[in-house]
Amino acid sequence: MENPTMLASGIMGETGGSLLAMAKGGAGALVTKSIGSVPREGHKNPTLVELEFGYINAMGLPNPGIEAFRDEMFEAGKAGVPIVGSVFGASAEEFASLARRMQEYGAEAVELNLSCPHAKGYGMEVGTDPDVVANIIREVKEAVVVPVFAKLTPNTHRLIDVAKAAEEAGADAIVAINTLRAMKIDVDARRPMLSNRYGGLSGPAVRGVGVRCVYELFEALKVPVIGVGGIEDWRSALEYMMAGAAAVQIGSGVGRMGPQVFGDICSGISAYMARNGFQDISQLVGVAHD
Amino acid sequence: MIDVRAASQAMVAIASRNEEAKDVVTLRFDWDVPATPGQFVMVWVPGVDEVPMSLSYLGARKGITVKGVGEATNALTAMQAGGMIGVRGPYGRGYRIPEGKVLAVGGGTGMASLLPAVEAVPSAEVHTAIGARTETELLFEERAKNASATVRVSTDDGSRGLHGNAVQLAKAMMAETRYDVVLGCGPERMLYHLHRLCLEQGIPCQMSLERYMRCGAGLCGSCALDGSRVCREGPVFTGEELKGMREFGKQRRDECGRRVRL
Repeated sequence: MENPTMLASGIMGETGGSLLAMAKGGAGALVTKSIGSVPREGHKNPTLVELEFGYINAMGLPNPGIEAFRDEMFEAGKAGVPIVGSVFGASAEEFASLARRMQEYGAEAVELNLSCPHAKGYGMEVGTDPDVVANIIREVKEAVVVPVFAKLTPNTHRLIDVAKAAEEAGADAIVAINTLRAMKIDVDARRPMLSNRYGGLSGPAVRGVGVRCVYELFEALKVPVIGVGGIEDWRSALEYMMAGAAAVQIGSGVGRMGPQVFGDICSGISAYMARNGFQDISQLVGVAHD
Repeated sequence: MIDVRAASQAMVAIASRNEEAKDVVTLRFDWDVPATPGQFVMVWVPGVDEVPMSLSYLGARKGITVKGVGEATNALTAMQAGGMIGVRGPYGRGYRIPEGKVLAVGGGTGMASLLPAVEAVPSAEVHTAIGARTETELLFEERAKNASATVRVSTDDGSRGLHGNAVQLAKAMMAETRYDVVLGCGPERMLYHLHRLCLEQGIPCQMSLERYMRCGAGLCGSCALDGSRVCREGPVFTGEELKGMREFGKQRRDECGRRVRL
């Protein structure tokens, strides 16, 4: 990776063209939309609520299916930055077969979505049990040679147990956090706004939770942690890195700041390093720990 | 371009309902937020769906003009005064109101997005071309007349005006008047041909496009057109921008993100 910023899964990652646009914005790596075995329409609209400090979404894992995604990966490959293929499945076998396909398509790593909070039978529903997660990681590790990232949910008191189980099973990095399960009610309509009622909260509203999770994971793990949750400028990116993130992912920040958010963060970090006499970004990773 | 700001979101009551043409209804509602010609809003019918709609009226009493073609749009056209809908936005980049002689070309309900732009140009400077399949589907002819120096119409079946489509009408008007810019909104095949015509004639243009849209707010990528977000960099694109787009006029995407030929 040329820089520590990555596009987070679920944002502008469904088509080759949109992934290319994010690379142009300066992302050091691109994580695709989470792809499943078959095409999926996702939830009906409304799928997004805008808040002052973030969003609540319940897209419901819409995706064209792994077969059709070949063309998108081919196009995204022209970006010249590493592509991380995100996949979701209901079983270890499904995760493994999807990961294998992503590797075939040229993904330089795979990210396992063990954390979507709004799709029945997937994501968080398989990602909060350490044994289930360990089993999925083992199957995927046997299926691919590229690095395997586990993206975990903060919607559990067992985050550290799940992360340790993933590490022991061979995960090469832990990505934290996915969105926080949330709801928005319109008082005039007197009902939840999202068609799925529940969604996932993202953006600056969750940053404090994300930074805390990364800080705890950094203390508990040996493998790298990739921080995500409400990063949209160099300060928030550095906050995660100082908590222990070796790299950061940006999702909602693309909507709030625009695709150039990646480049802006990188130049902000460079300026900070120059001001404070740091030569290598790794000097800042985990620096907030005693 | 730093644009951190949450869009406005509100439940609003329908203040008036007007049947504009066959199956086409304008709903007006009081929602005093800034908006520019060509911008759109996400319109929520609780319990049914949420869909993007161009604003056909700006100002404090805004309006959308809906053709009933599916579940959500049928629910909207059935809506009566006093009914409640949710609106969020306004979203997107609209028309950049041009200087000089303007030709506005609207096909079908494309007129809804175009009228606020026509009204923003001094009326002596703008000519409007309205296309429809048949006479009863011609939209906003009176309103266009109030805001334009000339209005001409075309119908596919020849029941009114030029027997042909809106692009043929535009071509005929270009033969008589030298325009500085063309604004277009309508079915994408129409816009594709209008864009080619403008390139041939060397006239700058701006076209308002549509794609399946989920979040509307520049996040999800469901409305991607090549690398651009129709909801954010669009819905109005310049002729120059469209020149580089391989998907324009050729391909859209379905709810799953699969490629579908237009």
